[in-house]
Amino acid sequence: MRWTRRTIYEAGAGYQASTGTIEMSLLEVRNLTVSFDTPEGEVHAVNGIDFSLEPGETLAVVGESGSGKSQTALSLLGLLAENGRAVGEARYRGRDLLSMTATELNEIRGEQIAMIFQDPMTSLNPYMSIEQQMLEVLYRHRRMKKAEARERAVEMLRQVQIPDPEQRIRQYPHEYSGGMQQRVMIAMGLLCEPDLLIADEPTTALDVTVQHQISRLMRHLRTNSNTAILLITHDLGVVAGLCDKVLVMYAGQVMEFGSVEDIFYRPQHPYTRGLLRSVPRLDRGDESGMHAIPGNPPNLLELPAGCPFRDRCESAFESCVQMPPLEQLPGGGLKRCHLEAADE
Amino acid sequence: MPGSIRAFGTKTMADNPALESANDAFAQALEQPEVQGRSLWQDAWHRLLKNRAAVVSGTLLLILLLLVIFGPMLSPYDFDYTDWDNIYHAPSLANGHVFGTDAVGRDLFVRTLVGGRISLLVGLVATLVSLLIGVTYGAVAGYFGGRLDQTMMRLVDIFYAMPFMFLVILLMVVFGRHIVLIFVAIGAVNWLDMARIVRGQTLSLKNTDYVEAAKVCGVKPAAIIRRHILPNLLGVVMVYVTLTIPQVILVESFLSFLGLGVQEPMTSWGALVNDGAQDMESAPWMLVFPALFLTVTLYCLNYIGDGLRDALDPKDHL
Amino acid sequence: MSKPLLKVQDVRVHFPVETGGWFQREKKVLKAVDGISFELQPGETLGVVGESGCGKSTLARAILGLIKPTRGRVVWMGEDMASLDPESLRQKRKELQIVFQDPLAALNPRLNVGEIIAEPLKTFYPSMQRVQIRERVKGMLKMVGLLPNQINRYPHEFSGGQCQRIGIARALILNPKLIVCDEPVSALDVSIQAQIINLLKDLQRKLQLSLVFIAHDLSVVRHISDRIMVMYLGRAMEIACKGTIYRRPLHPYTSALVKAVPIPDPVKERRKRETGLTGHVPSPLHPPSGCVFRTRCPYAVERCEADVPPLRALSDDGLVACHEAENFDLSIARSEEE
Repeated sequence: MRWTRRTIYEAGAGYQASTGTIEMSLLEVRNLTVSFDTPEGEVHAVNGIDFSLEPGETLAVVGESGSGKSQTALSLLGLLAENGRAVGEARYRGRDLLSMTATELNEIRGEQIAMIFQDPMTSLNPYMSIEQQMLEVLYRHRRMKKAEARERAVEMLRQVQIPDPEQRIRQYPHEYSGGMQQRVMIAMGLLCEPDLLIADEPTTALDVTVQHQISRLMRHLRTNSNTAILLITHDLGVVAGLCDKVLVMYAGQVMEFGSVEDIFYRPQHPYTRGLLRSVPRLDRGDESGMHAIPGNPPNLLELPAGCPFRDRCESAFESCVQMPPLEQLPGGGLKRCHLEAADE
Repeated sequence: MPGSIRAFGTKTMADNPALESANDAFAQALEQPEVQGRSLWQDAWHRLLKNRAAVVSGTLLLILLLLVIFGPMLSPYDFDYTDWDNIYHAPSLANGHVFGTDAVGRDLFVRTLVGGRISLLVGLVATLVSLLIGVTYGAVAGYFGGRLDQTMMRLVDIFYAMPFMFLVILLMVVFGRHIVLIFVAIGAVNWLDMARIVRGQTLSLKNTDYVEAAKVCGVKPAAIIRRHILPNLLGVVMVYVTLTIPQVILVESFLSFLGLGVQEPMTSWGALVNDGAQDMESAPWMLVFPALFLTVTLYCLNYIGDGLRDALDPKDHL
Repeated sequence: MSKPLLKVQDVRVHFPVETGGWFQREKKVLKAVDGISFELQPGETLGVVGESGCGKSTLARAILGLIKPTRGRVVWMGEDMASLDPESLRQKRKELQIVFQDPLAALNPRLNVGEIIAEPLKTFYPSMQRVQIRERVKGMLKMVGLLPNQINRYPHEFSGGQCQRIGIARALILNPKLIVCDEPVSALDVSIQAQIINLLKDLQRKLQLSLVFIAHDLSVVRHISDRIMVMYLGRAMEIACKGTIYRRPLHPYTSALVKAVPIPDPVKERRKRETGLTGHVPSPLHPPSGCVFRTRCPYAVERCEADVPPLRALSDDGLVACHEAENFDLSIARSEEE
C-alpha cells in the first residue's frame, strides 16, 4: 500500500507548493501545549513548544523529570492519559495529528509513525508469539499474504540482529531478554517502513552494554533508511551518538535548541551547560569530581514566576523574574535566557 | 542517650559546592517554624470531599443514622405497642402513624427506625468482628509466611468449606435464638474474606523497600506490622468494609426472612421487608418504607465505598 | 593495614527454583551469588558494578544479614554474622545500614519525615526523650542538606533527590560504620545524581563511614569508590583500585563496561570502538561451564570452557578472574579517546 502513502504525500506537497509556503517538513509542531486536570488544579506539562522534523533527520528532545518531554511524544499520537489535553498544531505531512479522530490516528500509527517505549514488556502482548504480533501489523497495514509477511518479519528481525530469527520468531516475549525485546520492538516499529519513529527513552530500562548495542543499532538504522527519529531521552550520551538536532526542555519550556555540535560544544543556556557538566564521564580524568545542579527538579504545581530554571541557575539575576523570550541565535539555534551569549 | 552518639556540626554543608547556593536559604529557614505536612490520609480526605456522590451519600447516611438513633424518641408510640383502633392503617398524619401500621396495629415509623438500629448494628458489629479477626490473622499469616502461612490459610479454606447456613442453624439450636449469635455467625464467616484480602496485601507490602529498611533498622516484627504494614493496607480494608456492611445487612435480612433472625416483637429491616412482602398488595406501605430505608442505606454505603476507593488510590492522579 | 571491618569469604547465595511441567518437576539452583570474597577497611568505599541479574543486590542483602548465605561467611568486625542469635544480629543493625535505589519506595508513605528518621532511634533507645529525639532528627536533616523545619512533611511532598536524602538520614541516625548503597542514584535525574554522590562522599569523610556502593555502570562509582569489584553472573570478574580499573582493565568484561558508557561528546561518541561483546547474558539458571563470561568473551579459548578461572593477582593492586588476562592488552588509551 505504499502507493497510497505516496499519493497523500504528493498531494500534500502539491498543496503546500500551490499555496506558496516554504517546503513542508515531515512533522511540524506549532505552539503545542499539554495540560492535565488534577485534583490539585490544572498542570501544564508542555507550554507552547515548536519544532519541526525533516525526513531522515534525528531530533532529540532532552530533559529531566517534569520537563514534559514524554508528554510531548505521547500527545503527538493521541496517547495522553485521560485527564490530559493537547492544544496547538502538530502537522504530519500537512495533516494535523491533534485534531484527528481515533480511527484516523490508528491508520497512521504503526504504519507511517511508529513508536517504541521505555519498557518493551509493556508494549508486547505476553500471550502472543512474536510472529503473531509482527504478522498482525503486516496484515493490518500491508494486507500481505502469510508467507510474504513472514519473510518480511524474519528479515526485519535479522536487521535488528536477533540471532536465528527463523527459530526465534516463534517464541513468546518472555523468552527474550530485555535488550532483545527492545530489538523486537524496534523491528516491529520498522516493519512498515515508517517515515517517523518516535522513541521514548528506548535505552533507559536496559543494561549499559545492551544500551550500547541498541543505540548502535539505531545509529545504523538512521544511516541505512530514510526514517526520521524523534528521540525522547534524558541520556546525553545517547543523544551525542545519534542525533542531528537537540531540543532541551525544562518545566515544559524549550530552553535551548540547536545542532548537536552547538549543544555539546557551544551550549548557550545555563541549564544545558549544567546538564552537560553533571553527566558522569569516563573519557576525562577524575580530578574534576562530580558536578550537580543545585536544587530540585521543577514542581509543575508551584513554578516560580519568570524563568522556571531561575531558582537553580547559577547565573540568575534580576531580569530572570520575567520569562525570557525564545531568542534566535546566530548559528540557527534558539535559546530562552536573558544572559548575553557566552563568549567562547 | 548513649555517649557514643556524635555531636553534629552546624557547618555541615559549607564545603559542598553543589549546595552552597542553598546555604543562604538554609540559614534563614533554620529559624523558621516547622512546616506542617499533608499526609496521604488528608489528601484522600480532600479528594473524597470533592466526590459529590460520596459526600451526598455520607450526609444522607448521617441523617439516617441520627434518625434511627433518636427518631423513636420523637414518636408517641412504642415499637411493640398495638394501636387497636388503627390496624392495617395506611400512612396518615391525622392519627400520627406517618408510615401507617402493620397487621397488629404497630406503628411502622417506629418499627422501621428500631429495625434500622438492629440492621445497622448487625452490619457494624459483624463487620468490626470480621475486621479485627481478619486483619490480624491475614497480616500475621502474610508477614511471617512459610509454613505458618500455609497452615493458617488451609484453616481458612476449611472454614470456607463449611456450609454457612448449617453453621448458623447449629448455633441457634445449641444456644437458642439471640441477637448476639447473629453477630457472631456473620462475623465468623466474613473474616475469612478479610483475612484473604489482608494476607494478599501483606504479601506484597512486606517486600517493599520501606519494610526492608525497617528490618535493617532492627524494628521488631510486631512493630513492622503495626507501623508499616497495617497503615498501608488500611485503605483497601476500608473500601472492603464499606462494601461488607451492606452485605452483612443483606445476610441478616436473609436470615430474618428464613425466620432465623431477630425475634418478635423486635425487628429488623429484613424482617420488616419480609412481613411487608406478604401483604404487598393490600398494604404496600408495609413494604415500601422499610425497603426504601434499606436500599438508601445500601446505595449510600456503596457510593461511599466507591468514593473511598477513588480517593485512596493515588494511581489515577498525575 | 588495620583490621578489616568486613570480611566476605567465599559467599554463595543459592535459591532453589522449581521448573518444568506438571509431570516432570525439575529442581534447579539459581546461583545468585557464587563465591564472592573481599575485605573492607574502615573508611573505605568498595564499588560493586554489574548488570541486572549479576547478583549485586543479593550480595548486598547477604552482607546485611537479610539473607543467610548458603555457603561462606560474612565476618563483621571479627564476628561471623551467621553464628549470631536473632537478638545479637538485631543489635548489629546499629552498625550496618542500607540506602535503597527507589527513594520514594523506601519511605513509608503514611509516616512523616520525623517519624521515619526517628524509627531506628525509638527502636534501639526506647527510653529516649521525645524532645531529644526530635533534636537529633533535626540535626540529621540539617546534615543531609534538608531544612529541619520540614520535619512534619510526608515523603510524597518531596522530590526524588530529597527523598534519597531522607533515606540517608535514616541510615545515619544510629551512627553506623558501614552503609550499603544499593544503586542510590539510578532512579534520580542526572542533575541530582551528583548532589547525592557528593553528599555521601562528604558524610563518609566526616563520619569515617565505610561504603559498599552498588551501581549498574562504571561511570557513577568512579568518583566515590576506592576499589571497584566487577560482577558477572554471581561471580567477581575483577577487583582493582579505581586508578587502574578505568585505565588498564584486566578483564574483557570490565573493558566492555568501560567502553559501553556513552560519552556526551558527538565526535568522541561516534568514533568510539565496539565493546567487543557478543551475544547475550545467559540465564543464571544455566550458567556456562568454566568461565561464566566465556559465551560473550571475544578472547575466549578452549581452556575457558573447562576450568573456572580463579581470582588471581596480576598486578599489585588488582585481582582478575581470567585465564588469558596477561595475553591481551585492554588498556584504554586516553590519548586516542581524546
